[in-house]
Amino acid sequence: MVEIRWHGRGGQGAVTSVEMFALTAIEEGKFAQGFPSFGPERRGAPVAAFNRIDNKRIKVRSGIYKPDVVVVLDPSLMSTVNVIEGLKPDGILIVNTVESPAEVAKKTGFKGTVATVDAAHIAREELGVPITNTTMLGALMRATKLVKIESAETPLKNRFGRLAPRNIKAMTRAYNELKFSKAA
Amino acid sequence: MSKRIGMEIALAAAEAVALCRPEVIAAYPITPNTHIPEHLSDIVADGRLDAEFICVESEHTALSACCGASGAGARAFTATSSQGLAYMTEIIPIASAMRLPIVMIIGNRALSGPINIWNDQSDVMYQRDAGWISMFANNGQEVIDMAIQSFKIAEHRDVMLPVNLNLDGFQLTHVVEPMEMPDQAEVDSFLPSFKPLATLHPDKVVSMGTLGLPDIFNESMKAKDEVLKNSRKVILDVWKEWKQQFGRTYEPIESCRMKGAEIALVSMGSMGETAEVAVDELRKQGVPVGLLKLRLWRPFPFQDLKKAVKGVKVLVVLDRAVSFGGPGGPAFSEVRSALYNEPDKPFVMNEIIGLGGRDVRVEDFVEIIGKAQKALKTKPKEDYEIYGVRGS
Repeated sequence: MVEIRWHGRGGQGAVTSVEMFALTAIEEGKFAQGFPSFGPERRGAPVAAFNRIDNKRIKVRSGIYKPDVVVVLDPSLMSTVNVIEGLKPDGILIVNTVESPAEVAKKTGFKGTVATVDAAHIAREELGVPITNTTMLGALMRATKLVKIESAETPLKNRFGRLAPRNIKAMTRAYNELKFSKAA
Repeated sequence: MSKRIGMEIALAAAEAVALCRPEVIAAYPITPNTHIPEHLSDIVADGRLDAEFICVESEHTALSACCGASGAGARAFTATSSQGLAYMTEIIPIASAMRLPIVMIIGNRALSGPINIWNDQSDVMYQRDAGWISMFANNGQEVIDMAIQSFKIAEHRDVMLPVNLNLDGFQLTHVVEPMEMPDQAEVDSFLPSFKPLATLHPDKVVSMGTLGLPDIFNESMKAKDEVLKNSRKVILDVWKEWKQQFGRTYEPIESCRMKGAEIALVSMGSMGETAEVAVDELRKQGVPVGLLKLRLWRPFPFQDLKKAVKGVKVLVVLDRAVSFGGPGGPAFSEVRSALYNEPDKPFVMNEIIGLGGRDVRVEDFVEIIGKAQKALKTKPKEDYEIYGVRGS
């Protein structure tokens, strides 16, 4: 089982991200959970959301404290939230930022794999808004290889309708433009 | 054909209810059940379900409207949580006394105060003695299945009682996961339309909810108790039919890893899934521990419990509610009372866990099982413990 924690700010779509990622895995016949950090959300405040993914039915229903993967939707969170808290040493940290993986590794002190992509730039170009949730799905898929990027098309089409092609393009660009601190 | 879907469980609950073709839905939004009626209102507005969706101004009115609708012969549904359920309190025993087969889904949440929107089961425990059939789902699939089963159980001529189906707020309501969703034809073949015994109609006048003088009140309470107890047979029949049609098994108490178990946990709702992970881990280490998932809360499954605990030395009842100043959590109190007169009974202890959204992890269940192992040798002094309280 792989456990993933997403960091975002209220309104940036972290909950949509975990839903889309879970639905993509389910689309492939896998088992997955997607859930928000339970409770009220305030626009702009730091929020977290979670995924579990496995090849067999997932029974555990507690929170996630030792994720294998952390995805950060907003680079400013790195200075306000300990985004690597509990992240397994051999895990993956994926950040939307203009900075290089080496710079993020230095800033966070994370020794495992770091991957970065300027998702805000991609989202602005493809969607016209700096909402990076669907863009960062592509980054997560590339870094983890847990699901095929094509499998996300149906969930994104169901969710975004006529805006789906632009979201799929943004996701695909992040998939291709992701940079790693280690070969992956 | 059933279809494998990925969906938030609250939305799947609404889809399952819609497949049951309710004719009247009356609800007022309250976290964390809100997505259920919200999604049903979408389904009605989209023309996928021909039902009257009544946007009421309170939960008291929601259940009152369901009573009126059910009395008039309509299949009626509502959903709520916590304070919303508490606000229905006045109408809840009336619905059962009037034998109205309303189905209500409760997204379980702590009762205030302090104000808390997160999960525990104190809301439904507050309604324990109201004469409703009461059941717990452990996961999304069970929510879908049991929502459909609930209408069939409630409306059976030998039952004619309201049902509350409980799913843990957030822990279940807000989780996206894979489930099998039956199709309309399958549900139609399983669930016949509601055929009421009598209906409120101006052409054929009947009275419902009349005054019960002291000379009839004992008898009416006895009747209510009997009908609730006897609903067990119908519940088991409906679960058998479900198994035949859909292949999934439902029992009043689900036994996991109970063969040779000296220690057993008793769980209700989604905590049972996480507890099962802990039980599996400890079984691998040779700890003789099992798990009993209590699905049917009312009518209480006495015979199943007595059978299930045979050979168990320490039984740990896990409660997600407190009975303040009482003997322990409500499930513990019932379980211990049910076993009291048995010649060979386990020692029964109580851990009250996960109140108001306090997370309960696999490690916590492992620790609780450790306490039960100690109790095999030395009995704990206290009947119950609120688990994980800081500073104690």
